[in-house]
Amino acid sequence: MSLLEVKNIRKSFGKTEVLKGIDFSMEKGDVVAIIGSSGSGKTTLLRCLNFLETPDVGTISLNGKAIFDAESHTKTSDEEIRQNRLHFGLVFQSFNLFPQYNVKRNLTLAAELLETEKIKKGTSQYKSKKEAVEAISKNADVLLSEVGLSEKALAYPCELSGGQQQRVAIARALALEPDVLCFDEPTSALDPELTGEVLKVIRELKNAGKTMIVVTHEMEFAKNVSDTIIYMADGVIEEAGAPEELFENPKSDKLKAFLKSSFEKI
Amino acid sequence: MTFAEQFPIVFEALNIGFLQTLKLFAVTLLGAIPLGLIISFGSMSRFKPLSGVVKTFVWIIRGTPLMLQLLIIYYLPGIAFGNPIWGSGEAGRFVASAVAFIINYACYFSEIYRGGIQGVPVGQQEAGQVLGMSKKQIFFKVTLLQMVKRIVPPMSNEIITLVKDTSLARIIALQEVIWAGQAFLKGSQGIAGQLWPLFFTGVYYLAFSGILTVLFNKVEKKLSYFKI
Repeated sequence: MSLLEVKNIRKSFGKTEVLKGIDFSMEKGDVVAIIGSSGSGKTTLLRCLNFLETPDVGTISLNGKAIFDAESHTKTSDEEIRQNRLHFGLVFQSFNLFPQYNVKRNLTLAAELLETEKIKKGTSQYKSKKEAVEAISKNADVLLSEVGLSEKALAYPCELSGGQQQRVAIARALALEPDVLCFDEPTSALDPELTGEVLKVIRELKNAGKTMIVVTHEMEFAKNVSDTIIYMADGVIEEAGAPEELFENPKSDKLKAFLKSSFEKI
Repeated sequence: MTFAEQFPIVFEALNIGFLQTLKLFAVTLLGAIPLGLIISFGSMSRFKPLSGVVKTFVWIIRGTPLMLQLLIIYYLPGIAFGNPIWGSGEAGRFVASAVAFIINYACYFSEIYRGGIQGVPVGQQEAGQVLGMSKKQIFFKVTLLQMVKRIVPPMSNEIITLVKDTSLARIIALQEVIWAGQAFLKGSQGIAGQLWPLFFTGVYYLAFSGILTVLFNKVEKKLSYFKI
């Protein structure tokens, strides 16, 4: 049974159909890279997985359990959507750190709010708020050291470089221990010399066995880090497969043209 | 009467007048700050008829002089409907002034709030959403302070303008500080033809707006630890 199974996802904005039936699945520990030109629907797909957009048609299942079904979605409560979101983490292109909180607070805020709610309901693994806060704080320290920013714990986002901000954003997403961590062009807003530090963190996460979906324009990176590459064009998965296969032996004309223009730039 | 003899009389009268000014200032803020929020929600409503009505109302209030609004609100009930709801005394004039000021300033505030709310990048809300926060948590823990930071400079501008705008209530004879100073030009308590009390009212305005400026600078400084 696959960890994540996406079936026939369709999404339109007004009259424009952005996703025209997306099917894919991935196993635990898989890293899937999604490539494709702008406007092909990559970001929309990622936003659908994180429930920032609601697909018009289709289902999303996790561990065999449907967490989204377009047909019954109107009956889904906000509370359930919140719960389902927690299966996924999302790292944004523009970081979206909370500017008024320091780095560590960015990591602990959501977790503390969640645990406080759970303690009230009696479903928390912690006995008291104090205990929860301490555990969350410890976890945040570990995550910050993993992304190499322990010494920036008390800094505010405006005091960090873009690369550092994105590393904090990755740690923040990890703090809630999502089943699948999604990246939406994590290096596109960065100066070229800062992309390396972010890609390195993602590579380390792969080595640690994290399940990830990475939308990226970094072809070399996609090739090196992913188990599967999905090439999207005009709202459909045009071609998918192992990186070597896809890069060295592309079948569709669209992918051939896309790869040609992508590598020409370099 | 020498200046030294005039001064305590004038000073006391101006203090009483300025108290009325302060009262109008405070009541206007207390009413307009929350009312402005309601109006801003109305003008941002996705229900078009509502936002249309609210936007038209804001246009009318911002597009006409506050002095005209004061006159209309004070005189209209009595003259047009034969029902002078405000009464004829100072208390009635104060209520009428307060109503006019609250409506007028709420409209200006609503536009500032709208800018503040719409100015917070949608990515902030989305970041909260993907971290499993509820709408309420996102508003109070994420967007609110960013909004406040955005609106402090334009709000301080409006509030300092309000200090001086209170003098417009003079047009319906509210006994605020200008009215009190002008009394000594016309003749009051044995003092007549004196211009200096009127000039002296300026000191009150300067002092009060000075205090407010310092206060707002402090708030801005307090919020300067982060950038948006």
